[in-house]
Amino acid sequence: MRRRDLLTASAAAALTGCARDNGTTTLRFWAMGRESEVVAELMPGFEREHAGVRVKVEQLPWTAAHEKLLTAFAGDATPDLAQVGNTWLPEMQALGALEPLEPWIARTPMLQAGDYFDGIWATNAPGGQRVGLPWYVDTRLMFVRQDLLARAGITDMPRDWNAWRATLARLRERGMDKPLLLPTNESAPLLALALQQPGEVLRDGGRYGNFAGPGFRAALGFYLERFQRGEAPLASEVQIGNLWQEFGRGSFAFYLSGPWDIGEFKRRLPPELASAWITAELPGPNGPGMSTAGGASLAMFKRSRHKPEAWALISYLSRPDVQLQFYRLTGDLPARRSAWSLPLNGATLAQDRHAAAFHRQLERVRAAPAVPEWERIEKEMQLAATRAVHGVTDLDTTVRSLDALVDGILEKRRWMLDRKSA
Amino acid sequence: MKSVRRESLAAWAFAAPALIVIALFFGVPVFAGLALSLTDFDIYALADLHNLRWQGWSNYVHVLSLPLFWQALGNTVYFVVLGVPLSIALSLAAAVLLQSKLVRFKPLLRTALFAPVVTTLVAVAVIWRYLFHVKYGLVNYTLQSFGVSPVDWLGDPHWSMPTIIGFAAWKNFGGNMIIFIAALQAVPHDLYEAARLDGAKSWAQFRFITLPGIAPTLLMVAILTTAGYFQLFAEPYVMTQGGPLQSTVSVLYLMYEEGFKWWNLGLASAVAFVLFVIIVVVSKGLIALQRRWTGEGA
Repeated sequence: MRRRDLLTASAAAALTGCARDNGTTTLRFWAMGRESEVVAELMPGFEREHAGVRVKVEQLPWTAAHEKLLTAFAGDATPDLAQVGNTWLPEMQALGALEPLEPWIARTPMLQAGDYFDGIWATNAPGGQRVGLPWYVDTRLMFVRQDLLARAGITDMPRDWNAWRATLARLRERGMDKPLLLPTNESAPLLALALQQPGEVLRDGGRYGNFAGPGFRAALGFYLERFQRGEAPLASEVQIGNLWQEFGRGSFAFYLSGPWDIGEFKRRLPPELASAWITAELPGPNGPGMSTAGGASLAMFKRSRHKPEAWALISYLSRPDVQLQFYRLTGDLPARRSAWSLPLNGATLAQDRHAAAFHRQLERVRAAPAVPEWERIEKEMQLAATRAVHGVTDLDTTVRSLDALVDGILEKRRWMLDRKSA
Repeated sequence: MKSVRRESLAAWAFAAPALIVIALFFGVPVFAGLALSLTDFDIYALADLHNLRWQGWSNYVHVLSLPLFWQALGNTVYFVVLGVPLSIALSLAAAVLLQSKLVRFKPLLRTALFAPVVTTLVAVAVIWRYLFHVKYGLVNYTLQSFGVSPVDWLGDPHWSMPTIIGFAAWKNFGGNMIIFIAALQAVPHDLYEAARLDGAKSWAQFRFITLPGIAPTLLMVAILTTAGYFQLFAEPYVMTQGGPLQSTVSVLYLMYEEGFKWWNLGLASAVAFVLFVIIVVVSKGLIALQRRWTGEGA
């Protein structure tokens, strides 16, 4: 999920009702951030195919979108359909705000579950109910200055943790002070490391935190080791300032980020560095590892009075050719495998120099626990990790107090589940 | 006897519209909020009211046991303790300046100094964010020309709150300035003349005539500003979103996050009531201080 867009001062869209006059149905479509600015360009194509349907795209800044969705539900002002971050779906599903999509999907032969990346597809069915259809996907992997690796005599991209450790140590020997950038305010890198472990992050069906378990301990241990060995700077992203400039200057060789940075790096790095950097899959404890299953889905609201039209729009935006067109407009990676093999600039997206690693990584993504409280838990996880990075708490205290905190957050959920089963 | 009752009835009738409005738009929401703060209203309860549980005082206990609450309270007190005197000093200085005979173009100056108050907070906050940007900001640009190395005003946890205090003081001093101008005009002019004849310098005049003359106004402004500053929210919301490292999370911002980000409205209401109690206690303290002050003076 992409949330780096700064808070825009503009207030979010006005809450106008849908109107049906002179036979035209107006769909209200809430989209966020960069996607909301661009998706309107896809609408004429849809409106040509569906006479009598007009789409009103209402823009929400990412920073306010979550509150806006909840408030809209409470105030009975939900749109017909919306772009919803994968991690928000459990919450919206728990509210009962979203229309279950199984019957709609069953009626649409064009949509085949097998055409979606498995890990991503799994994020869309919280509580066993499919309420979202993946629109675009993202995951985290490594952006690497391979020229600097080559200069240090490293020919192979690290594929497991030990090789990664060795690579980082070698880069330090060769004079690069902080070869890895892990901004301490970003939770995704640590979450990805945690998802690489066999166990669950939350245990007993999302009733309790499992941060003191061996899996998370290993992940946090590896994470902290990078700072303790001096390989990663103690800095949040804000403190880095101009990330691209620092990457171009060679201040660091590894940066963990998502697909949006492909476009940013292409645009902002000097042309002579164009072939110096590459994307690579995230190393795991033993061989290529899992990463996060991010992205956003399209969801339809239960209270919509234009569900067939809203579904038509969701189906349209899910068409492989439209998905590829959306990629061209935004750089957002398509959720459907078939879109990756459509011709694009004389090749396919799957063969693209920088997207290829994402294509492979997307086959190895794992969903975060599908509980409504996850967003908050992830934030607490990162805050706890940041304290450990700064040496305020040690690993054992960190995971234990994190478990205590998370168990407190999940108390209501346990009560709900126990009552349901009783 | 009868006429007295009729009179009081008439009085009630006249007061009724105001009382009804107060009851409807103040009493009901406050009691609803109080009731909410004793429950665990959250998204589950929003979906189905059967998921609502009575919590009693445990929300309050929970709030008081939250480390983030104490940090937020610390940040807020920091903001109030530094921001209120700074803001009032600025207002008073500007008001005295505008009263001074040495200053020209008073109407223009008055408008200019009052302008920040009438501007939209969100819009100017965005501009301040640019001004204080670590790389492209005018402030750092100016500092650099004096050879001072750039400061990450909004990204450094040590500087974020001072920057917000500066912003709030700049944004708000104009309002109090107008009040002070009115108060200054009420100070009898002959006192200054007498003082000048006695050879008092301008600082002595200010200390022994102006300050005592406007003391009641000063106290009222202090109470209003303190109560207002305790409710710090919009500045960190627009400029820093509570960061970096939660250094600009205020009590009200914590309430907003609990209530509207995580949708724990029960807990958020409890935070609101704790803040309410704090503001009442501080305001009462200031008033008591004034009583002692004027009591000693009399």
